[in-house]
Parts: sequence; C-alpha cells; structure tokens
Amino acid sequence: MRVMFFLSVILFGSGVSYAENYNKKVEKDIEEFRGFFMEKFPGITLDDFADGVYAINDNARQQWIAIEDFPPYELDLEEGERLFNTPFANGKTYGDCFPDGGAVRHKYPYFDEQRKEVITLEMAINECRVANGENPLKYKKGDIAKLSAYMAYLSHNKLVDVRVDSESAYEAYLSGKEFFYSKRGKLNMSCAGCHMRYTGRRARSETISPALGHPSHFPVFRLKWGNMGTLHRRYAGCNNNTGAKPFAPQSEEYRNLEFFQTIMSNGMHFNGPASRK
Amino acid sequence: MKVRAILRDATVQVKMLIKHPMETGRRKDEEGNILPAHYITEIKAVCKGDDVFRAEVGPGVSMDPYISFAFDGANTGDTLTISWKDNKGESETLDVVISGA
Amino acid sequence: MGISRRHFLKTVGGSIACATLAGVTLPGSVMAKGGDDHALSDNVNAAVKAKYGALPIEKSDRIQIKAPEIAENGAFVPVSVSTDLPGVTSISIYADANFTPIVASFDILPKTRPDVSLRIRMAKTSNMDVIVKAGDKLYRASREVKVTIGGCGG
Repeated sequence: MRVMFFLSVILFGSGVSYAENYNKKVEKDIEEFRGFFMEKFPGITLDDFADGVYAINDNARQQWIAIEDFPPYELDLEEGERLFNTPFANGKTYGDCFPDGGAVRHKYPYFDEQRKEVITLEMAINECRVANGENPLKYKKGDIAKLSAYMAYLSHNKLVDVRVDSESAYEAYLSGKEFFYSKRGKLNMSCAGCHMRYTGRRARSETISPALGHPSHFPVFRLKWGNMGTLHRRYAGCNNNTGAKPFAPQSEEYRNLEFFQTIMSNGMHFNGPASRK
Repeated sequence: MKVRAILRDATVQVKMLIKHPMETGRRKDEEGNILPAHYITEIKAVCKGDDVFRAEVGPGVSMDPYISFAFDGANTGDTLTISWKDNKGESETLDVVISGA
Repeated sequence: MGISRRHFLKTVGGSIACATLAGVTLPGSVMAKGGDDHALSDNVNAAVKAKYGALPIEKSDRIQIKAPEIAENGAFVPVSVSTDLPGVTSISIYADANFTPIVASFDILPKTRPDVSLRIRMAKTSNMDVIVKAGDKLYRASREVKVTIGGCGG
C-alpha cells in the first residue's frame, strides 16, 4: 500500500490516488463511529464490542458464557458442514464455488465493481446453488443459516476489512449509512437512535446492543427464535418491531446497510456464529 | 447428539447436547391444534459396566437438551455410553472415548 | 469441530475477566450465591412428596445453586446445582410456576459427583427449588429467577 502511495505521488504529482480517497473518507467515519462507543464505554476493548450486550451487561454475560460452553448452534454447525460437503445433483459442491474449504466469510460483504452492487455471503451461497442447477434457499433461516454458520465458524477470528475502492462503492456505503441514521416507521426510530444513543439502556426489558461490531457475530442462534437466523432476518424483525416496513432479506437496502455496518466494524474480528438472547 | 467426556484430575467431566424438540404437549400450531408431547424422559450413562449417571427429565428441560455431569473411577481411553429414551419410545445411544484435558 | 466458546473467548477480546470454567460449576461467580429464603409452595411440596414420600425437608446452606437473577430467555435458563452434603443419592430440580413443577431428577450413584448443569424452561418468574436426598433426609435450597417478556422480538 505504501509503495503504491509513493508511486502515485511520483506519477500523478497529486497527494492521493482515487481509490485511497474513498477509503480515507470512510476511515474518518469509522474513527468517529468507533470513538463514540469507546468513549461511551471506557474499559471495553474494540474486539469486546463483538460480544454485543454481553460486553456491557454482567448478568446477561454470565448466562451467555454458560450457554456458549456447549451452545445449541453446535448441532447446526454440524449440519452446516454436512450441507457444505454434500454434492449438488450435478456432482459439484460448495467447495467448487468457495476456496479454502469455505473459510471465506471474512471476504463478505464486498462491492462488486462489475455488477455495481454489494455481494453478501448468503447471496453468494445462493448464486453458487443456482449456478449449479439447484434452487435458491430462503434467506432468513434454515439451511442458509446453517451453511452461513459453518462458513462463519471457519473464518473465526479473521479481520474485518471491507474496502471502498470506487465512487459506486462509496455510493452504496452512503446509502447504507443513510439508512442507518434515518428515522422510519410508526415509532419514528432510526438504527442509530437505539444502537448508538441508547446503547446499554433499556427498551422495555431489553438492553440495547452497540452497533459497533453488529455484523461480526452473525449468523446467530437467537434463544427467542429457538433456531439459527441470518443478519437480514434480524434487520427485518427489528424494522418490524419499530413499526417500520421491513425490506426483503438480501434487498439492496439491507445489503447496503450490511455493507455500511461491516465497514464500521473494520479492525474488529469475525466471531460468528454466536448465541444471542 | 454430541458428547464431550474429558478427564480432569481424577474426574471425568461430561457434557452432552441432544437434538430433540422437547415438545411440551401444551403448544398449539397455527391452526390451533395441539402439538403432541414429545420429550426425552430418561438419560443414562454407563462406563465399564457401571451406571455412572441417571436422569429423569421432561418438558421442563430446554429444547435440544444440554446436560453436564461428572463422575469418578474412569480413565482416558475408557468408553462412555450415553443413551436416552423419549415418551414416544424413540431412543439414541452414543459411545464416546474419554479424552485427556 | 466442536471447539467451545471458551476457546473463542480466549482468542478474541475478553478483556473483561471471565471466570475459568473448572468443572461444571463456576466457582465464585456473581451467580453462585447461596439460596434464597423461600418456603416450598404447595405445588412443589406435593411434587416432592410424590417422588420421595413424606420425608421431612430441612433447609440447607450446603446446596449451591447457580442461576441467573433475570433470565435472558425463559426457554433456555442455564442453571447449575452442586452440594457438599455427604451421602447424597438424589438431586431434583423444581420450577414452581411450570405446569409440571418437576424439571429433572438425578440419581447420584456411587461414582457420580453431586454436581449437574443443564438448561431449563421457566414459564415465568418463580422459585427454582432444589431438593437433595442425603441419607434418609431431604434438604432444600431455592433461588428466585425472574423471567421477563422481551421487548425486541422479530
């Protein structure tokens, strides 16, 4: 990266190349976003935030630790591994779409410059299926969540490092950012309203989780669901709960939101799948 | 089911996670029909010919039961046999080899 | 496959001290308090009698219960029970407000340690009562577990 920087200074005589510009703008946002939470919760490290509410509420954390000792999703992980290794009707497997035995969760989401859209892991899983003559899976729970859980498990502890390398990517980022900060629905609430300002405080009997690190631990086994669910399942549920129209899972809106949220978590480490309340 | 059996000092720590709906028999489906009761009623563990664990459970235990217990008098390499039965007469048995910490 | 979360917690973050999980109970953790001072309800008393007969029941502070003060979710309440009473042959767990108060019963056989952990269902805020049979006597301890209705579903 440094070499390229100096090269572009020499070659173009200007300070910074175009690709760096967007990443630099985004970096500024990340610093501000991260700083907000670090200031609000001193003594909690960046990676601790990946544990969500469990980093800031001890009663909840104790139960979570007890459950994570042998979490319910271990059964889903086994199933996810089996699904990943089961050949399609045409004889190919997911391994033919995803390198490294499927340890690629940390490469998503990313902005596809040719297609000019954000690609998420779940979307890529279904594209692999369709390309191999299989039906796409439903996006909120079931097999998609188990496959995603298995792949997340393989990428455990990999760095979150989403790049914004073009104007189109930056636009998708801004679109996700706008969604995050916009009030919507009957209760006129925004993601930021709860998951920034109200973090650690209560909505009825729930303690609100910090947005910093939100996507890192998905998919999750939510005790409330009694099964595994994807990030977009949670997005839809949360929108629904605040009286706002939920978008379809893997809609452009939610993919851009996931893009923004993951970028805000750059520098953290993926720690999915996880158990949540 | 998944089982971990680990010898720590002289005690074997056993943890099990069993796939089972533990349906209470009091829940209704969308049409209002009762979902029939379907839950594990007993769990047993045997090692070197002796029962080392026996439990009676029921709908008060969470779905996909997780149970952890400990017993003495075994070594790494010994086989632990875990089995369960439910109210419908279904059952499952699994052998695990006790490993070191 | 099957690496426990504890392994994860050690490798990712974890600056907040986590109690080391030695054995099946968490020694000295926030939740490992002694019992609350609750008498058994009629419900539970009847269930105890049905299982153990009309033996006298004595409160004991030698039964350790680990249970959350406020359950995250009433369908998955992680609890641990252990005792240092001598001559234990049985441990039973009851949830007063459940349709069927008895949750689980464990035979403590010669090689079995009187130390169990499991995830239970609690229908609503109520006592979790533990009965330990040691010798010819029954001993009891209780913890109240609050169960709330969550605010954020979806």
